[in-house]
Amino acid sequence: MSGTFVGMPAFPKAAHDAVHNATLRANLRHATTTIRRKRADAVAELSDWAALREAGKQIKDHTLRNLDRYLEQLESAVTAAGGTVHWAADADEANRIVTGLVKATGEKEVVKVKSMATQEIGLNEALEAAGIRAYETDLAELIVQLGDDRPSHILVPAIHRNRGEIRDIFRSEMMRWGRPAPDGLTDTPAELAEAARLHLREKFLRAKVGVSGANFMVAETGTLVVVESEGNGRMCLTLPETLISVVGIEKTVPTWRDMEVFLQTLPRSSTAERMNPYTSMWTGTTDGDGPRAFHLVLLDNGRTDTLADAVGRQALRCIRCSACLNVCPVYERAGGHAYGSVYPGPIGAILSPQLRGTGSDIDASLPYASTLCGACYEVCPVAIDIPEVLVHLRERVAQGGPVTRAGTKVVLKPARGHAAERAAMRAARWALTHPGAVRAGQRLAARTRRFHPSRLPGPGKAWTATRELPTVPRESFGAWWKRTDGGTRDGKGGSR
Amino acid sequence: MRVALFITCVNDTLYPETGRAVVRLLTRLGVDVDHPLGQTCCGQAHYNTGYRHQAEPLARHFADVFGAYDAIVTPSGSCAAMVRELYPRMGERARAEGRGDTLARTLAPVVPKTYELTEFLVDVLGVTDVGAYYPHTVTYHPTCHGLRGLGLGDRPRRLLEAVGGLELTELPGAEECCGFGGTFAVKNADVSAAMGTDKVMNAASTGASVLCAADNSCLMHISGTMTRLGVGMRPVHIAEILASTREEPSA
Ligand code: SF4
Repeated sequence: MSGTFVGMPAFPKAAHDAVHNATLRANLRHATTTIRRKRADAVAELSDWAALREAGKQIKDHTLRNLDRYLEQLESAVTAAGGTVHWAADADEANRIVTGLVKATGEKEVVKVKSMATQEIGLNEALEAAGIRAYETDLAELIVQLGDDRPSHILVPAIHRNRGEIRDIFRSEMMRWGRPAPDGLTDTPAELAEAARLHLREKFLRAKVGVSGANFMVAETGTLVVVESEGNGRMCLTLPETLISVVGIEKTVPTWRDMEVFLQTLPRSSTAERMNPYTSMWTGTTDGDGPRAFHLVLLDNGRTDTLADAVGRQALRCIRCSACLNVCPVYERAGGHAYGSVYPGPIGAILSPQLRGTGSDIDASLPYASTLCGACYEVCPVAIDIPEVLVHLRERVAQGGPVTRAGTKVVLKPARGHAAERAAMRAARWALTHPGAVRAGQRLAARTRRFHPSRLPGPGKAWTATRELPTVPRESFGAWWKRTDGGTRDGKGGSR
Repeated sequence: MRVALFITCVNDTLYPETGRAVVRLLTRLGVDVDHPLGQTCCGQAHYNTGYRHQAEPLARHFADVFGAYDAIVTPSGSCAAMVRELYPRMGERARAEGRGDTLARTLAPVVPKTYELTEFLVDVLGVTDVGAYYPHTVTYHPTCHGLRGLGLGDRPRRLLEAVGGLELTELPGAEECCGFGGTFAVKNADVSAAMGTDKVMNAASTGASVLCAADNSCLMHISGTMTRLGVGMRPVHIAEILASTREEPSA
């Protein structure tokens, strides 16, 4: 079940359960508020943050505009360095390629460094179906995998778990996956880390095949970059004989110089560190050092379609720092699982409905999973205007319109369930361009004010379930203005 | 200077006292204000819910009604942000859709002339002490569109700090959204209510008797939550505090 999100309920339904889960809310609140404060401090240390943010945005935009050229450059550089490049149009193709490559080695297990791209395509499930076991080695991913769970945060996939829950998972599940948890394991962080270390070390020393993603791909040299905190990723990248990296095409940057910007903005935005502890870079293969064979699977899976959308394409600038999740008040209450994707929070709300389309209930509901408060835009180190894209996608859901799917322009019909809202919006638009109608409605509401119920049926019920409605005043402002000639004939209202 | 008041559809229909306070305040400061009666709504609800095409006639109507004035003042951060931030975007989108420059040209005149009330006071009139008197403990909630959309910064605080008799208390988590978000309050009612509850509890923890903000839409959600939770604070629009004087105190 982990990693697959078929048949997810729409966001409000999934969020309902999370909002009423007190443990989950406490875990999330604690984790996000801490990291939020630390990030703000780390960013404030740099006097040129605004310039770095703008540079990151420009580099990514320039790369996306010329992506075809940079991908070709990347491909030749990787090939020249002894790697093999594979192109995957969608999840199925990517899974087929990776499964085939692993099978060709004759191995039955792989170790993985945390990779959202492989989560996105459900690679672990595809490998399992082919009789290959994939072991997650990132600590949080390990917790998620052992708990038969799904990740709920970009950077801290097990953010929804507390120490007690993690100890229980280790105790009951580690033995099914390899070395069991030590006897008498407690929930102190040091003991939990040691249990994971022992469990994982066994895997690292045995594995012949490693699977990774990458944070960046440098086109000029064909170098892949993984940025991490634990060092487990470096083990996966250096110990196995074969390394297979599955990377979204948008992770390309043109030159090494560009890394100067992102290696400053990414750690500060994500873990609030000045520099992350481990930055691994590899270019093809090298004699006598590291993997003997290197394969790069370039994943499209909806990215080219997203690129075709002038407003929505900025989502592809994302460097997956997760700062937007940590400041998002909706994420803080709803939790990552409510977003029905490996990409939760504000970025997930704009990325998933673009990569997957807005056909499913969950994808059609994600653009509405925001108050448009703008906190996500403010912290984003590549200045993705998430609120702008949310509104753009709402329009797509509510009104339909032109989109690109699988490389072809199609015109979408409005999503189901929006007919009443559309009619109401049209009626309101009509009334609001006819001031006389508004006045008449206000007079009617004022005259009937004593009969207004305090709990409403239908869609209004959602309001009055937790909040009182305001009482309608006797007289609208407009009516007052007219009656008193702008307050000049009313001693109480104004004194002109 | 010909100054028009844009009182917003929510204020006009549900919170007329805010509009009356704006009139009283600006008149006291010597501004000659007009309230063109043809005004209705800036189109924000339509636009933000995904009905940009329905919002366009409302924006055009707004430009028709207000185009001739030198300044347009509104006691709502989110409606001011709609005009200033999103009207230009609507024009650009129309152009990108091959519908020419007409919409952009129609909307352009009102964009730079539209001010949120506290912005108008501080930036245009150049006052922070408006001569108000309001002997209460007040905590201030900076609404999202005012804070991040318009960048109101500390203008509202400076105005409040200059009010006679007023004691300002720090609101924990002030910059966090209250959970209103227009149709969000209904479409994602559970999350909205959870956010509203946290906001109200933070406000109550300050010991202030009044919670003040510069947008009645957010106040409507906060106030409704306060009443339901039985928190005995008064939600008040900043205009009413600034309009209040010793001679004519606001309720
Ligand atoms: S959208 Fe911006 S803030 Fe959010 S994860 Fe991506 S880069 Fe970070």
